[in-house]
Amino acid sequence: MIAASARDVVMEFAGGDGPVRVLHGASLEVPAGGLTLLVGPSGCGKTTLLSVLSGTLAATAGEVEVMGERLSALDDAARVRLRRRRIGFIFQQYNLLPSLTAAENAAIPLVTAGMKLSEASRRAVPVLQRLGLGAHLDRLPRQLSGGQQQRVAIARALVHEPSLVVCDEPTAALDAKAGHTVMELLRSVAAAPDRAVLIVTHDSRIHGFADRIVEMEDGRVLGERPPPSRNDGYQGAVHD
Amino acid sequence: MIEIALRMLSGDRTKYLGLVSGIAFATLLIAQQASIFVSLMMRTANQVLDVREADLWVMDPRVRYVDEVEPLRDVDLARIRGVEGVEWAVPFYKGTAILRTREGLINQVSLVGVDDATLAGAPRKWVKGDLSALRRPNGIVLDLQGAQFIWPGEDVPLGRSAEINDVRVELTGIADVSPPFITFPIAYMRYSDAVRLLPPQRNVMSYVIVKAAAGTDPAELGARIAARTGLQALTWDAFAWRSVEYVLTRTGIPVNFGITVLLGILVGAAVTAQTFYLFVFENLRQFGALKAIGATNGQILAMVLAQAAVVGALGYGIGIGLCALFFEVTGGAAALEGFRLVPQVVGATGGVIALILVLSCLFSIRRVFVVDPAIVFRG
Repeated sequence: MIAASARDVVMEFAGGDGPVRVLHGASLEVPAGGLTLLVGPSGCGKTTLLSVLSGTLAATAGEVEVMGERLSALDDAARVRLRRRRIGFIFQQYNLLPSLTAAENAAIPLVTAGMKLSEASRRAVPVLQRLGLGAHLDRLPRQLSGGQQQRVAIARALVHEPSLVVCDEPTAALDAKAGHTVMELLRSVAAAPDRAVLIVTHDSRIHGFADRIVEMEDGRVLGERPPPSRNDGYQGAVHD
Repeated sequence: MIEIALRMLSGDRTKYLGLVSGIAFATLLIAQQASIFVSLMMRTANQVLDVREADLWVMDPRVRYVDEVEPLRDVDLARIRGVEGVEWAVPFYKGTAILRTREGLINQVSLVGVDDATLAGAPRKWVKGDLSALRRPNGIVLDLQGAQFIWPGEDVPLGRSAEINDVRVELTGIADVSPPFITFPIAYMRYSDAVRLLPPQRNVMSYVIVKAAAGTDPAELGARIAARTGLQALTWDAFAWRSVEYVLTRTGIPVNFGITVLLGILVGAAVTAQTFYLFVFENLRQFGALKAIGATNGQILAMVLAQAAVVGALGYGIGIGLCALFFEVTGGAAALEGFRLVPQVVGATGGVIALILVLSCLFSIRRVFVVDPAIVFRG
């Protein structure tokens, strides 16, 4: 089952000297039940493709589907609804709200869907407990380590049980131990047969966690290469 | 989402306090200056408003406000009394005189002469003495603020003598009257006594105050008097407004207060808009994350409006509270007597503050609306 796909996607941004083309007909399939890494040099268009696949950017041309829904056929409101229901987001900078507790931060997707904050926070507790944060539910982000904050962000991405989880450099701000823990969690998330995890990364240390590694360059998807032995994880770094 | 918005707001204490104090300061400045202005304008009309017995004030057609007196001829009184629908009409003197105390101090006073027989136009609230004080020959009644101004720090006893225009008078009463626009002490006397103190002149009658007969419309009666006598006859409220309008249009007072109030609005708007904009701008990434996660622009707008409503309500409440405290504390000062926080000003200030907040919201929310949720994927 394909959770998300992009076919011949072109993405242009307005620039001072006319439009700047970032994606040149990129195509990618993200199968459910696995963890896909999107790798490539800086500026090759990885994050742009991730944004297009998650519906936060509208492609200039090409077709994008998420869980069978064609994004180009959806208006803005429908795209927001799709993101709210079907997609979980994990950001490099966590983007937790500093004045909310861990449980409240994790509950935000439920709140945007209309649930009260107190009820949504209760619903987020089991997710946080599964991620090993049961003792930190009432802590503010500044009272948590970087790894713990990223786990809260993962809980926020999972609390509404999305079909597609997109992650932008989830380990970039973490040390090796915390990064390893986070990747093991994401690996377990991706093990669900009806869920896909797509990660954009520069961090070659996490290649061992992938089911698929897709390479990009100059706005195009070059192809797939086999992941290194999974057990290597953070210890067996694979270099681009 | 509203609860999240309020937690975001209270979490950034510096900006939260900055916003609340900025709005409080603007509210204080606007409400205090506008209230002083309105109270001052009310003083313009107080000497008309205090004469509750009369429905109409009849005066020379050239008179533009209460302190601008063009004396009428004595015969005019009889002509006015002859107009159908007049229940009674009595003379009313208003002018200035020099009062000299026994200690030799000289004060200019506003001299009011009320009809000997009816005492129409006399004070109603008495601090010392009563209405009979005006029946005593050469008796004067001073307003409380005026008595304190002439004899500061004293509990002035009745019976104290002074001179007005070199004629001996005796203090027979002290009354609590509304403060006038020109803050001279007010000395009330019987009309016949008052005009006797004046230098010789052909006409002395400042106004004729008129009571309309039962069932007679005062405005119609005024028109009838004007038609029959060629004088100007205004209802009490029209004359009061005429006096206010004169000060509004012919003096620099409204401009001066207007500038201060405008500065209050501008300072409030600048501080509020700038701080609010900074608050939203610094949270742009959080708002972007919320939009990526699935918050709609409507939800974000509701969040920003809720934040504005809370800081607005708090700042406005504090500002109005401080303003009320100011008038409470200064209420005893003679120069500010009668100045108060005017309810209409409280409402209007609330409207201005709400407008400032809505504009600040619109100014700030634009950034959130146009922010690309993909901003959160950029490092």
